[in-house]
Amino acid sequence: MNRRELLAAGAFAAFAAGMGAPVRANDKIKVGFIYVGPINDGGWTQHHHHSAMEMVEHFGGAVDFVYQENVPEGPDAERAITQMCLGGANIIFTTSFGYMDPTINVAAKFPNVKFEHATGYKQSDNVSVYSARFYEGRAIQGTLAGRVTKTNKIGYIASVPIPEVVRGINSAFIHARKVNPNVEFKIIWIFEWLNPAKEADAAKALIDQGCDVVLQHTDSTAPHAAAKEAGNVYTFGQAADMAEYGPMPRISSIIDNWAPYYIARVQAAMDGSWSSVNTWDGIGKGMVGIGEISDVVPADAKAEAEAMRDAIAAGEYHPFTGPINKQDGSVWLAEGEIADDGALAGLNFYVEGIEGSIPS
Amino acid sequence: MIMDINPILLASAIMVASTPILLAAIGELVVERAGVLNLGVEGMMITGAVVGFIAAHETESTTLGFFGAAVGGAVVSMIFGLLTQYLLTNQVATGLALTLFGVGLSALVGQGYQATNQVPVTKMPIPLLSDIPVVGPILFRHDGVVYLSLVIVAAVFVFLSRSRAGMILRAVGENHDAAHALGYNVRRVRLMAIAFGGACAGLGGAYISLARVPQWVDNITAGTGWIALAIVVFASWKPWRLLIGAYLFGGVTALQINIQAMGLDIPVEYLSMSPYIATILVLVFLSGGRAPGSLGRIFHASS
Repeated sequence: MNRRELLAAGAFAAFAAGMGAPVRANDKIKVGFIYVGPINDGGWTQHHHHSAMEMVEHFGGAVDFVYQENVPEGPDAERAITQMCLGGANIIFTTSFGYMDPTINVAAKFPNVKFEHATGYKQSDNVSVYSARFYEGRAIQGTLAGRVTKTNKIGYIASVPIPEVVRGINSAFIHARKVNPNVEFKIIWIFEWLNPAKEADAAKALIDQGCDVVLQHTDSTAPHAAAKEAGNVYTFGQAADMAEYGPMPRISSIIDNWAPYYIARVQAAMDGSWSSVNTWDGIGKGMVGIGEISDVVPADAKAEAEAMRDAIAAGEYHPFTGPINKQDGSVWLAEGEIADDGALAGLNFYVEGIEGSIPS
Repeated sequence: MIMDINPILLASAIMVASTPILLAAIGELVVERAGVLNLGVEGMMITGAVVGFIAAHETESTTLGFFGAAVGGAVVSMIFGLLTQYLLTNQVATGLALTLFGVGLSALVGQGYQATNQVPVTKMPIPLLSDIPVVGPILFRHDGVVYLSLVIVAAVFVFLSRSRAGMILRAVGENHDAAHALGYNVRRVRLMAIAFGGACAGLGGAYISLARVPQWVDNITAGTGWIALAIVVFASWKPWRLLIGAYLFGGVTALQINIQAMGLDIPVEYLSMSPYIATILVLVFLSGGRAPGSLGRIFHASS
């Protein structure tokens, strides 16, 4: 390279650098998603991805969409999120509880990037948190489970011992007992969100022990397959409708619908009105959907569950309304008292009647 | 509450839970007895799981699915075989690479097969024997692969200890230079052992995706291959100890889930680690064997 070329190259580089800033300012907004599972797990991650795709469609060509799937919770997540920041993402959604600390750490290093963390509780200037009131859906599942069970034994495949999961167990149990005082819950913790082999083993063990309803807080359809093989066992779709297993064994489901939230937040980031918020919406706002209750459920039980769904949506009924005692028999909520969001967010005990202990 | 556990159903569940580990481990045992350390068991298992699932889904025959899984596992193992036996690469590194490769490849190949339903594997109760009370439901009402896994273990035991070919394989594993000097084709023996190990691992993987779960999800084997590898070492390379190890591991795994479901007040963390501790303890007390002499060493005819 002779001197003339060198000067020309230098001038071009300077020109390009000068042009860079304004070009970038008019650039499309880059939206990133971090997923804990594969985008077609049939449950949690798949629904985040579908909602993200709806958001992308809504904005047409105005957003650049990037995602990374199968990101392990923990330190590796920090690397994945950092990489996305360095790749120029403007707003990043981290969609699993275990990304909480990694998100906070990376956010401190990239103050100009906006973060949205799902199901966590740590906020900062550029980190919002959002979650859905899944326990509202669990109340409906509990009601149905209490009505359809013949053995009065209900199995529950629990994932990771965090308040969200404990809320779900309590809510389902309270409402199952309400319609059927003889029900008993059998809970298995598998310490993972998605592990089809463990989920299948857990479902089979529960069925072998006489459970004829299996609820799950794990993401795969493996428990449904086990229930189908067993015959007279009812299940509920988790995160996704899982309608392919209906009308038996799947009799209803909780469907996560994040799309309206994603659209609103990306819109806010585009017009500069984004600020750190704490969102916790339920059936009323449409973040929690209740999948079609199949016809194998007796008509009166179906009507009862639908009435409860509508009452919760209208704000007339709260699933955690007293009197409710803690597992040790002490009073948690007095007659008519409603649990406040702070107590629910940190819920770490079983209600009276559930046996066993929560892993710590 | 103890009444909730039905011992017959539990024993039967144990056999199902142990089968994938048993299959993968018995294959790896033969490979290691031939003096080759293949750490790619997990990769071969997951390849078998996805190939088996796809084959069964497309042909609607689980038998063909298992057949495809065995072939798939063997084909992937041949990558390892060619690299380590002909190009003389390091076995540890190549095996690890095979696992990473298998996990990635299976996720790629399996795109589009997630969340599709699978025809469940049919049970094959053995006539007469399955009608024996207690023993019948535990032992003789399984699908064909459970029986096959036990037949393979027995066959490997007889092969290694009673047959001429088995002696040659062990000679190759103990001292490949001596075996070579005696005129045995070390490379060919090892390649056949590696292919057998791959086929068994493939079958084990397919048992997870076709019988135990049954569906395809990325990373469905979730570390089973590593447990199989560990059991081979703890069983001191002996088939019958391996059978004990695999059934013990599967047994405690199934038992701890059942104990959790009963709601006994034992901290769940202890229950979750119990299969690992129990297996290590028992196999340590049983131990006393030693590794094949040439295990993991590179063989070249000129040296």
